[in-house]
Order: sequence, then structure tokens, then C-alpha cells
Amino acid sequence: MSSAAVSNKKGFGATLWDYLTTVDHKKLGVMYLFAGTLFFAIAGLEALLMRIQLMIPNSDFVSAGTFNELLTMHGTTMLFLAATPLLFGFMNAVVPLQIGARDVAFPFLNSLGFWLFFLGALFLHLSFFLGGAPDAGWTNYASLALYSPGHGIDFYVLGLQISGAGTLISGINFIVTIITMRAPGMTFMRMPLFTWTSLISSALILFAFPPLTVGLFLMLVDRMFEANFFDHTMGGNTVIWEHLFWIFGHPEVYILVLPAFGLFSEIIPVFARKRLFGYSSMVFATILIGFLGFMVWAHHMFTTGLGATANAIFAVATMAIAVPTGMKVFNWIMTIWGGSVKVTVPMLYALGFIPSFVAGGVTGVMQAAAPLDYQLHDSYFIVAHFHYVIVGGIVTAIFGSMHFYWPIMFNRALSEKLGVLTFWIFFTGFHLTFFLQHFLGLMGMPRRVFTYQANQGWDLFNFISSIGAIMMAIGVILLVINIIITAKSKPLNCRDYWGDGRSLEWAIQTPVPFYNFKQTPLVRGYDPYWLEKHDGNEEGMVYAEPLGDIHMPNNSILPLIMSIGTFIAAFGALYHPDGKAWAIPVLILGLAITVGAMIVRSVKDDLGFHVHVEEVIATEEHLYGKGGNK
Amino acid sequence: MEETKFTPQTWPDKPEQATMEGRNKFVGIWIFICSDITLFASVFATYLSLKDKGPAGMEYSAAELFELPLAFVMTMLLLTSSLTSVYAMYHMKNHNFKGVQIWMSITVLLGLGFLALEIYEFYHYVHDGFGYTQSAFSSAFFTLVGTHGLHVVIGLVWIVCLIVRNARRGLSLYNAPKYYAASIFWHFIDVIWVFIFTVVYLMGVLG
Amino acid sequence: MMKGLKKWRLFSLLAVMTVFLSACGEDYLTTLKPTGAVGKEQFNLLLFSITIMALVVIVVSVLYLYAFMKARRSKLGEDYMPKQVEGSHTLEVIWTVIPIILLLILAVPTLISTYKFADVKAMDEVNEEGNKTALTVNVTAKLYWWEFEYPEQGIVTAQELVVPTGEKVYFNLKAADVKHSFWIPAVGGKMDTNVENVNKFYLQFDEESEGLEQGVFYGKCAELCGPSHALMDFKVKVLDRDGFDNWVAAMQATEGQTASAESADLGEQTFANSCLMCHAVSGVGASGAMGPNLTTFGDRNRVAGVLEHTEESIEKWVSDPESIKPGNLMTGKYGELSDEEISAVADYIMGLSIEE
Repeated sequence: MSSAAVSNKKGFGATLWDYLTTVDHKKLGVMYLFAGTLFFAIAGLEALLMRIQLMIPNSDFVSAGTFNELLTMHGTTMLFLAATPLLFGFMNAVVPLQIGARDVAFPFLNSLGFWLFFLGALFLHLSFFLGGAPDAGWTNYASLALYSPGHGIDFYVLGLQISGAGTLISGINFIVTIITMRAPGMTFMRMPLFTWTSLISSALILFAFPPLTVGLFLMLVDRMFEANFFDHTMGGNTVIWEHLFWIFGHPEVYILVLPAFGLFSEIIPVFARKRLFGYSSMVFATILIGFLGFMVWAHHMFTTGLGATANAIFAVATMAIAVPTGMKVFNWIMTIWGGSVKVTVPMLYALGFIPSFVAGGVTGVMQAAAPLDYQLHDSYFIVAHFHYVIVGGIVTAIFGSMHFYWPIMFNRALSEKLGVLTFWIFFTGFHLTFFLQHFLGLMGMPRRVFTYQANQGWDLFNFISSIGAIMMAIGVILLVINIIITAKSKPLNCRDYWGDGRSLEWAIQTPVPFYNFKQTPLVRGYDPYWLEKHDGNEEGMVYAEPLGDIHMPNNSILPLIMSIGTFIAAFGALYHPDGKAWAIPVLILGLAITVGAMIVRSVKDDLGFHVHVEEVIATEEHLYGKGGNK
Repeated sequence: MEETKFTPQTWPDKPEQATMEGRNKFVGIWIFICSDITLFASVFATYLSLKDKGPAGMEYSAAELFELPLAFVMTMLLLTSSLTSVYAMYHMKNHNFKGVQIWMSITVLLGLGFLALEIYEFYHYVHDGFGYTQSAFSSAFFTLVGTHGLHVVIGLVWIVCLIVRNARRGLSLYNAPKYYAASIFWHFIDVIWVFIFTVVYLMGVLG
Repeated sequence: MMKGLKKWRLFSLLAVMTVFLSACGEDYLTTLKPTGAVGKEQFNLLLFSITIMALVVIVVSVLYLYAFMKARRSKLGEDYMPKQVEGSHTLEVIWTVIPIILLLILAVPTLISTYKFADVKAMDEVNEEGNKTALTVNVTAKLYWWEFEYPEQGIVTAQELVVPTGEKVYFNLKAADVKHSFWIPAVGGKMDTNVENVNKFYLQFDEESEGLEQGVFYGKCAELCGPSHALMDFKVKVLDRDGFDNWVAAMQATEGQTASAESADLGEQTFANSCLMCHAVSGVGASGAMGPNLTTFGDRNRVAGVLEHTEESIEKWVSDPESIKPGNLMTGKYGELSDEEISAVADYIMGLSIEE
């Protein structure tokens, strides 16, 4: 299958087929970004509905059962189906370019990872239309989850199992890519921070998702096949779910926050015109955070009754994580110190991130003090804490990086003016919503409550908090509008859009050709592009090889087919306990489709295709005119 | 790129790592094994928490249920199959395609023997009333040993697919990494079995 | 940018003022006005940790603001190229060691309190007669109500916990169906009620609840347990030692109390036919009932945990429990009752009391 490099405008059908079968990391990055944004909007809507319900006491805007579905889907969707794919979108779009590679190590698996995520997400969302969404919280604790009537929990278990498989596959892919496919001269200690954090985050995915897989499986067989893992009358124990879930769940938040940190470590040096302060410490801190992230899970279980010694150990371990995290904050501040800061929209998000994340981090240290956590746990204080670190840390990184990387991903720039407006509305709304929730928690308000009685002293803060939520919704709408109007703007067709790019992804002129660099670059130091620029090499990189044939991977429809197979199988599994006669056949059919596609993949030889030198030259001329991309 | 014709002399020392795709598969399978180890660790932890736990008055226990002689034979079959897969890899490094196919086939036969004994063992338990839904202990036992058994099935299907698909193609730098990855996976399954034999059967009966 | 910063400062000031103006919450509910040694120690840990964290936030904020203000390109000019500094070993050491020290300082009271709050040895102590010396309450959390059994005293009640001042009260915590969590915010931290094991902890109650606005402390369920999780409130009445002893005696005196189906009173009759199999009217017994014990219903603070304590509320509840607490387990357990029967039974239930 040859390249479409010098093609003319494609028809809609051809473009659709291209996206359905693509294994190109750049296209997959765009797909992750759009899917993630879609689910972010859905989860945001769920949050808005919750906040409207909580705006006044004893409200009946939504029923109790609906509220529990909203809170469950909000958490589950935001973490698994919005934050993760959005960050994967950036990892896909940027990391191969940052290390000077043509694609990831396993392009086929890259596509499979995406489609599994997407179909799992779709399956989970169908629950709204097929009897009700899951309603036991995103944490799905065992006793309530087993008790919950209807199929909601089953949608949760199966949907996340499918999506989670996609995430795990992508994690493996990025680890191998970063280990084996770096350009010559790019040693580990010359890798950009975003690549480092992607590597460590992928390692966390590698080790954190299997316990979730096991937990979900145990829940599945308990609910659908009468197993007894969580049934205490048959010798089971519900605390096992808590352990398995949080052994996954705590690293999960570091899986999300480390790439966010990495993105800010790219943004801040560019707009401060200064290299990242303390690079080796930043790398070390990232690794330490990743490692310690596996040592603290039971701080979510301080009130479960594990005993004083367990609580003591996990309290101290949790406090320890503050040290490498604080180290990072100081290094970012010292990057700004003595620099020349231009406040563009990405930098605005970075500047908003630092105080917000620190605020969220310090409440985390407070919660680490176990006896204090006995008061704070399962109250709005916790809700405030994690939204401060997630919204203040991860969402700001995503929004800021959308502006930052839009030129590379789409050869367009999002509107600065609209971006500034979006930032201030969203950021103000964010603080308004969540700052007061610290006090609600301290004033005795438990979390996951669909309503509250009047005159407990909570009315005013809940009201203001809901106003903040409305502001955040407006901010997100403005961001979406920005994306839509930018689609119609003029192409940039330039290199190094922000002017002070330091790493390899800025060295390539946009639009980026499907094969990335026409010759693999030679990396002569950290911040390789900055180095070349300031060595007088304005037009780009020095190359490690002469111009030659380029070997690229083939597209394939099989990942989509495999994912559809799991989707179909999930329906069979879901309706089997209802005694439906078609359930087992459908389950087998779905599995057969998946396994069949796997066998087809295995049996066929797939050697990729070659882009001959003449075609490369022609592509470069077509994209950039005579002289091409140096 | 045309298929280069190799001889045992020109064939690279490490054929599975002689191409970029091969190196990626080499690193990839090991990284994957890390995640699979974590999966089994979680299932082991669950098993150990629920060992011998069941409804009040349950009469099944590890000590009385498991038969060591059978488990020992199964262990020997699986360990030997790991050895035969090593022979297959030895022949692969020496560009001896027939050797690869023969020893991989023997590996498959030994694996099938293991699987047959395991199915017999499970049938025996279920027949005696110790089925999947009998207790937390039984659910945990069948899940742990069954997950391993599923991995054995996957490994066997994988190796058989390789044997069949390559029968007419012969050995090449394209399919050498595939054989290598499958053999690493097979060794992994074997190591997990050693843990199962120790933790479930030995410690269950003697511990 | 400057205007934005000024706005932000103003906003924080307003927020802080709002906080103080709302007086930190209600004294029967807020963790910020704790009663009892446990809540007070946890509050002190809150203040201590906030102080340390505030120190960190101030230092970071000052550095951050200073760094930013000095580095603005609008002031430095477009041509200024900053020195590309690699890092500073000294600084790395400083901002590693100082946080470690601060955390060690925080860890000390944390560890001390962790072990202290877990010390429930006194639950097993007995005096010469073989009676337990510590007051123990067996708490069973159910969908969606709370059962409180006092095993040594042989009495059981529901929804309203009665305790004495000035001593540690120990709790055995269990859940009957799904996981819940037992929390009295104004008194101390929470502990989960699990289905498969008993959790033990203690609380101390220093002031009588009489002085509070509604005469009771508020208790909350703090673990999502279903649709009516938010409505699973319970109340805590704190009496002085004598008051508590009198209450216990009055409870013990209700032994044998029951409702008769042959009663002339329509309310009692209806109750005996439709309610008695789940709801006992004698305070003597053990936990494990299908429904809340109603012996002291007339003395309580709420109907069904959340409604105002009036006969009208009882009628509303009994007519259609599902509309008040979705998912509750009383729905459908008794047949249709006529309006007259409901009104009579509400009157009867309101009359159940042990206070003079």
C-alpha cells in the first residue's frame, strides 16, 4: 500500500477510511485529542448537572439514583476517557517527533490501543440508554457494586476492561519506542522532559493496569458467574477490591499528572527563553514520584480499619511523595527566575498551574496525616483536594498544550485572544467552585451526596460553588468555539511557530510530512534544536544519515475489527446473567471476531512499504516549495 | 527490500535482534512480561487472602484437595517443554529451520499433555463438588490456576500458528523475532507454573 | 497581567472574609468546633499541618511572584537573551532537605495520634464482678438507618445515639448489607462499617448536647451506599453521667413492652398488625432487627433520619417511603393502610417515649 503523500484532495469516504485504518502516530494523536475532548465535554456536562442539583438544599433537579449515576460517570469518564486520551493525544503527536523517530515501535498496536479505548468508552456510555449507567462511584466499592441492581455496574466492568486493555497496550508501545527508537545522539539524559514523563507514566501504566484488570475480572465473575470473591458469606472479602482498585488507582493519578508535568516542562522553558533548571533533578524526581506512587495506595483506606501500623506506614510514605514533587515546583520557578517571560496562552496556563497545583498538593500532605484524614476522608475536603490537583494540574496542562502544540498537530494556531478570555473565565470558575469546598468538608459535608438539608451552614458555599461550575462550563464552550473557528483559519506553513522552540518537534516545518523527518536528525546535545539554532543553523537540524528510501508501516482495518469484536463479546457477557439465549453465542461470536482478526494479522506478512527518494523529494517540494524542509 | 538469502554462516548471531522491528519485538515482549507478572501477582495475592476461606462448615481445604503426584507430573511436562523450546531457539540461531519446527512441535505436544492433565484435575474437583462457585477459596483457586491455563492455551495457539504459517516460508529475519517472542512467553508461563506449584500445591498440602 | 493579578488578590480576600463571616459552620456539625478529646486532637493536627503548609505556600508564592515579576519580557525587551542556567546543586539540596525536615516534624504528632486512636484495649477490661468497665456501643449500619446496641446494658435503640460526657465511648462497627461509614463530624473522625469484619474505635464527648441548636449533634454516613446515602443521617444526644444512667434505666424498664393487635386504640392495633414484626417497642434486646427500634421515637429529633419530627412527617413517610428515601427497605413490607390507620399509627408512634 503506497503512500498518499503527493495526493490531491481526498473524498470524504477515502478520508474516513484513512482515519479508520491509520497507524500514523500523528493521525492517532488527533483522534485521541478529539475523542478525549468529546468525553471531556460529556463528563463536564455530568458535573454541571450535579452542581445544579447541589446549588440549593433539598433540590429535586435530578433524582437520587440519577445523581449517583452522574457522579460515577463523571469520575470514570474524566479519568479514563478524557484525561488519559487527551494526554495520549499529546504523547502520540509529540514524543516520536521529540526523539527523532518516524513512528512508534508498534504502529499497528498504537491503532489497536486507540480503537479499544474508543469502543470501551462507547460501550460504557451505552449504559445510559440500556437501563442506567453505573452508580457506585468511579471507585465501585465491592459491597455496593454487587448490590447495585440493573446492568450499570456490568457496563462499568466490561467497558473499562476493554478500554484499559487499550491503555495498557499503548503504555507498552511508548516504553519500547522511547527505549529503542531515539535518534542517534539522543541519550537518555538528553531526552526532553515530556519524553521522560511519558516513559515513566507508561511504566506506571504497565504495572498499575494489571491489578485493575484483575479487580474488574473478579467483580465480573462475582456479578455474572456467581463467584465468591467479595461475598463474605462464602468466605470472600470486599476489602480485596479496595486494595486492588487503589493499587491501580493511586498510580493512575500519577499516570495522568506526570505527562502534565512534562508538558509544563516543555512550555515554561520556551516562553521563559531559558533552559529547564535542574534537568537531572527533574528526571530523578519523575522516577522517584513514579516509584513512590506505588507505595502509598492505602492512604485511600485510612478509615477502612487496616490497623494503626498500616496507617502509619502509608501516612509517612505519602508525605514522602511531597519531596520530589516540591523539587519540581522549585525547578520550574527557577526556570522562570532570570528568564524572559512572554505571557502567551500556554504560559498563562503554566503560571496558573503553579499556585493551583501547590495548593492542591499541600492539602494532599494534610490528608496524609492519617488521624486528620479520619475527619477529612469521604468529605468535600477530599473532593476539593483532588480537583485542585487534577484541574489545576492536568486540565490546565491539557488546555495550555492544546494552544502550544496546535501548530504542529494541525498547522494552525488557536486564537490567542479567545484563549486568554477562556483562561480567565475557566480559571476563576475553577477556584470559585473548589476553594470553598475545602470548607464544606471541614463543616461536615460528606461527599457523593445527592442533596443536603437546609440550615446546616452549607447553603451559601454550595451555591457559590455551583456558580463557579457554570463559569467553567462557559470556559470550555469558548475553547470548543476556538477549535472550530481555528479549523477555518489560514495554514501556518512555518517552522518553530513560537520562535523559541528547543526540542526536535519544533525543528520540522508544518505541515509535518507523514514520514516526519526526511532524514533522521543527529542530536548533539540537550535541547537539540535550540543548540542548532544558536550555532547558526537557523533552518533546522544536522542529519545522521543521507537521504534515502523511507520504510513506513502499512495501514490496517484489523485493529478496528478486533475492537469491534470485543465490543460485541461484551454485550454477550452482559446479558448472559439475564438468561438471554443469544448471550453466549454473541459472546463467542465477538471473541471469534477478535481472535480471528489476530490470527489473520499473525498469518499475513506485513513488511510495510517504501517511500522512494524521488517521492520524498516530491513530497517536500509539494509541502514547502522548492528547497523544501532542510 | 528483497529477501536476503541466508546461509548458516551469514545468518546473524542474534537473528531476533537483527532488524529494527526485531529489536522492538525483543524489548516489547520483555516489557509485556512485566505487566503479566503484575497481573499474576495480583491474582496470587487474592488467592493467598482467600485460601481455605468459605461458607461456615465448608469441608474443602487445600491440604485435603490437592494431589501432589499429579501436580508433579504436570510440572515436569511443562519444565521439559521449556527445555525443548530452548532447543528450538538454539536451532534458530544456527539457521536450522527444520530443527526449529520439530522442537517447537514437541514443545506443543508437551504443553498439550500438561493441559490435558489440568483439565482432568479440574473435572475431578468439579465432580466432587468443588466447583467455581463453591466458595471464595474455590473461585480463587480456579481463577489463579485457570488464568495460567488460559495463558498456556494462548501460548500453544501462538506457537502452532507460527509453525503453520512459516511452514512454507522458512526462517527469515522477519519471523525469527516472532519465534523468539513466543519462546519467551512460553518460559514465562513455565516460571509462573513453578510459583503455582509451590504456593498453591506444595504450600497448600504441606504448609 | 497586572490587573489580573490585582483582581485575583481581591478575590482571595473576599473568599477569606466569606469564610470567617460564615463562622466556620454549625457547632453541632462542623469539625472546626470539636467537642471531645479525639476531635480536638484532630483539629489541632489540622491547625498544625495548615501552619506548616501555609509556610510552604508563602515561601513558594513569594519566590514565584518575584521570579515572574522580574522576568517579564515586557520589561526586559524583546532582544534580551537570558543566561541558560543548567541548575544549582546547592539549591537542590536545600529544597530537598527542608521539606524532609518539615515532613518529619509533621510525622511525629501524626504517628503519635495514629497509635493513640487505635488503642482500644480498654474494651476488654473487666472489673471484679466480671463486667466491662468501658462503655461500648455496637453500631450496625444498614440501608438506610443506624442501629445502636449497648451490650453490657442489654438495650438497643436506633437513629439516635445516647452517650455520657467525660469518658471514652467505644464502638464496634459493622455493616449489615453494604459498606457505610460512621461519622460524627463535631466529635471526631470517622470509621468505616464493613460487612465482613468489626472495626473498633472510640470517641469522647465533652459537652452536653442540650446547649446545641437542635439539642443534638449530627451524625452522617460517609460512604456511598446507594441512592439514599445522603439521607442516612443519625443524631447524637450527649447527657451528663446521671442523665445517661437515668436513660439507661428507663430503657431497661421497657422490658416486655409490646403492641397488641386487640388494642382498642386504632394506632396500636395497626402498629401490631403492620409494623411490629420489624419495629420493636421495647428497648431491651440485641441488634439485628429488620427495622429501627421505636421505643424512644417520641424523644427523637427526626423522622426517618431527615424529616421534621412531626406526626405529619410520619404520615408522609408511612404513606410512601420510596418517595422520601429511594431504595429504602421498608417499601412494600406492609400492605395498604387507610388514611385513618396511618394517622392513628402516627399518633401512636409519636407517643412512644421514655422521658418524663
